[in-house]
Amino acid sequence: MPASIQQLIQQLINGVTIGSFYALVALGYTMVYGVLKLINFAHGDLFMWGAYLGLSGIIVALAVALPAGAWVVLPVMVFVMVIVALAGAVVERVAYRPLRSAGRLAPVISALGVAFVLESLARNVYGASYKTYPTDITPTGGFTFFGNVHISIMQVIVLIVSFVLMAALYLFIQRTRIGTAMRAVSLDHDTSRLMGIDVDRIITIVFLIGPGLGGVTGVIVALYYGSFDFTLGWIYGLKAFIAAILGGIGNIPGAMIGGMLLGIIETLGSGYMSPQWKDVIAYTILILILIFRPTGLLGERVAEKL
Amino acid sequence: MTAMENTITRLRQVPTRWWQIGLLALAILLPLPMGDYYRTVLWRTGLYAMLGLSLNIILGYAGLFQLGHAAFYAVGAYTAGLLNLYLGVPLLLTFPAAVLLAASLGFLITRPILHLRGDYLCIVTIAFGEVVRLILVNNLFGITGGANGLSGIDRPVLFGLVLREPIYHYYLMLIFLIVTIVAVHRLENSRLGRAWMYVREDEVAAEAMGIDTTRVKLLAFVLGSGWAGLAGALYAGKLTVIAPDMAKFLESVIMFCVVVLGGVGSIPGVFVGTIGMVTLPELFRPLKDWRDAWLGIVMVAMMILRPEGLWPSRRVQMEIHAEQATSTD
Repeated sequence: MPASIQQLIQQLINGVTIGSFYALVALGYTMVYGVLKLINFAHGDLFMWGAYLGLSGIIVALAVALPAGAWVVLPVMVFVMVIVALAGAVVERVAYRPLRSAGRLAPVISALGVAFVLESLARNVYGASYKTYPTDITPTGGFTFFGNVHISIMQVIVLIVSFVLMAALYLFIQRTRIGTAMRAVSLDHDTSRLMGIDVDRIITIVFLIGPGLGGVTGVIVALYYGSFDFTLGWIYGLKAFIAAILGGIGNIPGAMIGGMLLGIIETLGSGYMSPQWKDVIAYTILILILIFRPTGLLGERVAEKL
Repeated sequence: MTAMENTITRLRQVPTRWWQIGLLALAILLPLPMGDYYRTVLWRTGLYAMLGLSLNIILGYAGLFQLGHAAFYAVGAYTAGLLNLYLGVPLLLTFPAAVLLAASLGFLITRPILHLRGDYLCIVTIAFGEVVRLILVNNLFGITGGANGLSGIDRPVLFGLVLREPIYHYYLMLIFLIVTIVAVHRLENSRLGRAWMYVREDEVAAEAMGIDTTRVKLLAFVLGSGWAGLAGALYAGKLTVIAPDMAKFLESVIMFCVVVLGGVGSIPGVFVGTIGMVTLPELFRPLKDWRDAWLGIVMVAMMILRPEGLWPSRRVQMEIHAEQATSTD
């Protein structure tokens, strides 16, 4: 197989891995936008808190149950998911619910405010320097195929975990009563209320699921890269938001596809052009989409346009 | 009516002329007994008040969510710095170029995104701001000095006097600030200003009344961006060192908060916002680590408790309270 094709396949594998991170975080944005028409700027920072809490959790878990080795990651992930989900629900209760009827500027500013508080807290609690996860718990090794294409065990785990999480979420939204209620609320609050749906409760559930997923993703991303700092939330938050817009915000399969696409485009761009323009490529995609197709690739007509 | 509102009504009865004279005298005399550090704090207050006033045109009057305003501030500073370093243009003479370039960039960037509204506009402006910052960091044309930026920019020279001491910069800032205040005050009450507020309140109705909404919104962006460019050039003259960090998102958010904290569309509000967002955090240096958290808490609390801002323009206040009155019916 020619080297150029090998390189392309390698880039695609890396792109899909990064893309699945974007997709998992994008789901949180898109679900909240679906029910509240609000860009939850705090979502990226909740995700970042997942990475930090995961770090603390793993250190404690290793101290308590050292022989368990890499398996301590699993209970830590559950712990992080619960805590970040609760934090998400608290944020909704404190900062967004009082503003439900206050127009569109107020919730956006409130969301930015929450993002600043979360980021500043992380920086003051954990310090501004890069944090690293204990290296001995991340599985190493991998497979080589087509001669020169590598896929690491970590990448395989990432892909499997994100696929399972996304499939579970999709089935939950499509097949359960609560999922149906969520879809109803995202169409029309008043009518849902007339149909006997407790809209506030559904919104709380959305704010549990989205940040919960984000928190777990934070742990996975930190495990994958090994190190991170408090700017993680801002960078991934904006990228994931771009992914959500790319797929069509409010649309759950759209967020998954958008995330994958953005990951692939970014990796190809930094592989074939230059890594320092990677972010510029992502932002340019966002700008072009909002100018030419504000509904995203799969979206319904949601971007307010006159 | 609370005691605070009572005091405000009583203060409003004092003739405006007296207020203006008093404040001007205060602004001139205040830095005299101060040391250089506090003079610099005052200068920064003036700088951010100017940036706030420029953003107030876009966000306050026209109601357009601009969250990438710092990009134009940086463009102004870089224009001044580059012209001075490469072509040797005296700094004060670069000011018109800085304004023009920032304004033209404002035109070019916002022309295609004018049809977007609300939070979507917010996101695109964030993206544009980041693109400008990354272009400066990545040194696109090989002249912007990359992540380190530019250094060694000349001091502004006025009638043979090299402006080196903070006090000179303070007075230079004061002159431009007064010009700005007069200009935005006149804009606010002009035909264009009324058109902006009409667009802010109801774009469809404004269009139906014959307002060319595209042109009016574009003018808000162009004027606001140009003014931010002027502030950037003043910054370049004072610091003589500029870096891409000027365009970072946090700067845009601080400007945004300056306008929102005081009350959108209100000139005194911008000053209240600047004191809350810039001056106080600067004076409480030890708490600087917590500044972002403070910014955040203020933003959330303001939106919940007093969405019209601390010193709102009467028009906005009436609107918000009228809305509440109708929604409780």
